[in-house]
Amino acid sequence: MMTTDDRRATVTTPTDTRILITREFDAPRHLVYLAFTTPELLRRWWHANRAEITDVEMDVRVGGKWRWAAKALSNGYAFDFHGEYREIVPDERLVTTEQYSGAPHATAVQTATFAEKDGRTYLEILVEHQNREDRDAHLNSGMEDGMQDALRLLEEAVRELR
Amino acid sequence: MARAATTTDAFNAVAEPRRREILDALAGGERSVGDLVTRLGVAQPVVSKHLRVLREVGLVRVRDEGRQRYYRLDAAPLREVYEWVKDYEQLWSERFALLDEVLEDLKTQHGLEDAPELGHEREYVYEHEHEYEHGSTEQE
Repeated sequence: MMTTDDRRATVTTPTDTRILITREFDAPRHLVYLAFTTPELLRRWWHANRAEITDVEMDVRVGGKWRWAAKALSNGYAFDFHGEYREIVPDERLVTTEQYSGAPHATAVQTATFAEKDGRTYLEILVEHQNREDRDAHLNSGMEDGMQDALRLLEEAVRELR
Repeated sequence: MARAATTTDAFNAVAEPRRREILDALAGGERSVGDLVTRLGVAQPVVSKHLRVLREVGLVRVRDEGRQRYYRLDAAPLREVYEWVKDYEQLWSERFALLDEVLEDLKTQHGLEDAPELGHEREYVYEHEHEYEHGSTEQE
């Protein structure tokens, strides 16, 4: 399930309502967890070079709220993601609810699991939506670029049919 | 925002490595079940099971000729959702590439000697893990 041969995120859709994101990091998990739960650190990576982060709030305790707001670099579109912390196991597991300003009716539950082996962290983020439509909208939200060769063979297969 | 069911299912279907192999083989052209069995080196019931899934989501089409069944690829249902997932994956890849840099800085800063705030964090964690191992349940 984990890719060990590269540092690309792997995204799969294990069921109709779920998205699973996995990645391995060359750092112990307490540091990865720290980067997820510290506003100044999250600000440095969450934008993905596609947005300017305008606000990061997190009250990391069960029932506490979180919110990150940003503005897309491409067109200035302002959006935010927000929700609350449901379960917190420091360095190990974070369960949060998540709502996107562009689809306010849809609430997803996101479970981030930080596992460590030999000083490396195996991160899994499982996003669970209430239905397939919301899940698909989530996958399709705010994506503007990106040609990478994940699933290379499928791309080849698709090209053949064009 | 409703999507055709086949599109999403198609992506689920290709999450399975063996099914990707089958699609890869079919990308080269139509093949019989026997041919696929030989190429993949897998038992026929396994190949047939995967082919059935691929057929249900519309990724392969079947044709009977005499006693043989021939399968061919129809990747069209995959195109749309594949594009979304690929782009979403790219988004997270970019995020995590930046996170790698953050982690490098943290490793340098904290090193083996934890900064005070980190030391505090870890102390708490160990305590917590200890409880966790002994079966205390997390609050929801």
